[in-house]
Amino acid sequence: MERVDIHPTHQHGNFKLRAGRPLPFGATLVPGGVNFSIFSSVATGCTLVLFERHALKPMAEIPFPSEFRIGNVFAMIVFGLDYENIEYGYRIEGPYDPPAGFWCDPSKIVMDPYAKVIGGRDVWGKPPNWDDPYQHRARIALDDFDWGDDRPLEIPPEDQIIYEMHVRSFTRHPSAGVKHPGTFAGIVEKIPYLKELGVTSIELMPIYEFDEFENSRPSPVTGETLYNYWGYSTVGFFAPKAGYAATGKFGMQVDEVKNLVKQLHKNGIEVILDVVFNHTAEGNEKGPVISFRGIDNKTYYMLTPEGYYFNFSGCGNTLNCNNPIVRNIVLDCLRYWAAEYHIDGFRFDLASILGRDPWGAPLSNPPLLESLAFDPILAHCKLIAEAWDAGGLYQVGTFPAFGRWAEWNGKYRDTVRRFLKGDGGTIGDMAQRLQGSPDLYARAGRAPATSINFITAHDGFTLYDLVSYNVKHNEANGENNNDGANDNESWNCGVEGETDDPGIIALRQRQMRNAMAMLLVSQGVPMILMGDEVGRTQYGNNNTYCHDNELNWLDWGLLQKNAHLFRFVKHCIAFRRAHPVLRHREHFRNQDYVGSGYPDISWHGTQAWHADWSPTSRTLAFMLCGKHAKNGSTPDDFIYVAMNMYWEALWFELPRLPVGLQWHVFANTGVAAPGDSCEPGQEPPLADQKGLLLGDRSVAILVGR
Amino acid sequence: MDIKIKETQGITIATVNGDVDGSTAATLQEQILPLAQAGSKILLDMSNVPYMSSAGLRMLLSLYRKATSVDGKLVLVGLSEEILDTMSITGFLDFFTTCDTVDAGIAALQ
Repeated sequence: MERVDIHPTHQHGNFKLRAGRPLPFGATLVPGGVNFSIFSSVATGCTLVLFERHALKPMAEIPFPSEFRIGNVFAMIVFGLDYENIEYGYRIEGPYDPPAGFWCDPSKIVMDPYAKVIGGRDVWGKPPNWDDPYQHRARIALDDFDWGDDRPLEIPPEDQIIYEMHVRSFTRHPSAGVKHPGTFAGIVEKIPYLKELGVTSIELMPIYEFDEFENSRPSPVTGETLYNYWGYSTVGFFAPKAGYAATGKFGMQVDEVKNLVKQLHKNGIEVILDVVFNHTAEGNEKGPVISFRGIDNKTYYMLTPEGYYFNFSGCGNTLNCNNPIVRNIVLDCLRYWAAEYHIDGFRFDLASILGRDPWGAPLSNPPLLESLAFDPILAHCKLIAEAWDAGGLYQVGTFPAFGRWAEWNGKYRDTVRRFLKGDGGTIGDMAQRLQGSPDLYARAGRAPATSINFITAHDGFTLYDLVSYNVKHNEANGENNNDGANDNESWNCGVEGETDDPGIIALRQRQMRNAMAMLLVSQGVPMILMGDEVGRTQYGNNNTYCHDNELNWLDWGLLQKNAHLFRFVKHCIAFRRAHPVLRHREHFRNQDYVGSGYPDISWHGTQAWHADWSPTSRTLAFMLCGKHAKNGSTPDDFIYVAMNMYWEALWFELPRLPVGLQWHVFANTGVAAPGDSCEPGQEPPLADQKGLLLGDRSVAILVGR
Repeated sequence: MDIKIKETQGITIATVNGDVDGSTAATLQEQILPLAQAGSKILLDMSNVPYMSSAGLRMLLSLYRKATSVDGKLVLVGLSEEILDTMSITGFLDFFTTCDTVDAGIAALQ
């Protein structure tokens, strides 16, 4: 039987219409037409504006008949549209009074916040037509991708090894040798590399549509264009960045991203998206009217009593996340990406903003964070908070977690950096970080995998720069070196920047290995910054947000130049994957609860069973009893790790193993490559089972079997 | 865009000429989908298709799904470098057998 609602009831010019359905919001294909639905609590009227793709002038403007509005939602079906070739926007009628928070202006065409494809910046870096009255153009997505039997991988959180990357930077460098440099398709070509490295999850810096031309300007240093390169400034939350897609010029970015996810899943690699819900690309009152501002400014943004924008994001405005309407759009967005794109997890940029009330005050029980934690569609998605914001809220260890949220552990980064460069007074802290930071998480019943451990991330120095620069060198950003963090806890090993001093070069190589070794034997979830496995440099720039050049692009030539470093990191990752005792699901109990004669974790120093906790100590060693791996359910070997961050070699006495077991050397950063590490399982026995001489600023990892 | 259909050696050969996009894909689909009968062998010759949009690729995938659901077979012939590339990047290519020439396509179906 034919449904009645395939028949139009109204007409506007040549367009046949019918009252639409308010849900779902956005533009949805229905039999014979497209259902357009948009809400605004302040609009008195709304007009649908239709364009042929790329056309400057609209092909039609169809006012919503008053009988098509239900509540604050305008909904209309337009029949017979060539949905592949149209772009749509809205004109919103309503009050215009910025000091009072109202920005309705029907002379402007605004984009649907639910737009699933966005045109206007189809090809990366192609200068836009600034005369176009509609810069970011909503299009219609089919969302009919053929997933076969794919679904999110649901890797247990404690088994993840995350690799943080920027889509364009990963393969844009000519040395990448891919067919479509700097795109989602380029990542597919590099899947064998990711597999060889051994990471389980890639975390993509923002891929929601953004405008690389936002605040673009010539570099005062080189004259080349500086962009909004990283993309932490969202234009549309439901649309992938067209300029990252090789097929963006055909408008097929949706399929390209889905294929990327499908291919990664096929190879056992998860996809985590870095999402930016704290602010939008509309900036403050001087910014453009793209979407939210012109539709319902007071709903979407946190405003001061004078109508100005609160700036907890440091980026001009703050999304009003705990307004019930905004909460729903965030939830709709994440559900869409989880269900339609099979995304495995989300990392929330400046997530503490998501816990502020509409006036900016931190909430003790933020409804948005709670909704996300208990959502049925997101139930197995990883939820990772950057647990601070630019308004002074710092919640590492106290982020409202509802049993679900993990955190970027900034304290891990800071402690390991201090220990690594030989600071005193770090041993107690370091012991906590190595255990998955129980001091921060255990009391609240949060698992070790709550702690996303990282030493470097896109914000700040790369690992190579961390051991090559004492201070930031951000002149190329054009802000007189005032941008970027100053508390880097870095050490240049003797000379600032590049050097040909072989001693300094060797020390830097060792320090990078020390950092990787510590990261990969720590309980919790290790996160590696793209390129750190091959010593990528940003030449001391610790805030490269605006550079579409070699400051950001991964130089694949480094893979040869630093082949030994790559090999070391690869081995450490494989070692972690081979040993469940490094990936505990629950915190250590500091006791023997399986009757092995050894506690689950024990602390040592230059003397076995005697760690030096004094403020002057720069050494720490620990032993994990494999019989306790995953609560005793998965027997593993013993593992012993000695860290000597003192400036002289020291003798480390080894704890004695049960009869029949021997210590074998997996890694020793004090030994030159290739002797610095070996393939897990191939470790040679240690000559002297009583102890080892560990070089200055070196880490040794032994396995007892 | 136009389409010619002929039968040879138990194989249905459909030759498409011209762009397949939002304005032509539906017409093409109407003519091609009925070809997918139980056990049918279909060769789609696309040597003279310069451009295929997202709608065109979806039409192909519908045809594939329909043909394989009734134990039919489908081979695509003569796809341009650019169409092949787009299909590869967007995952469509995973589903299809492709050949360079009509003869190779016939051989693949026999």
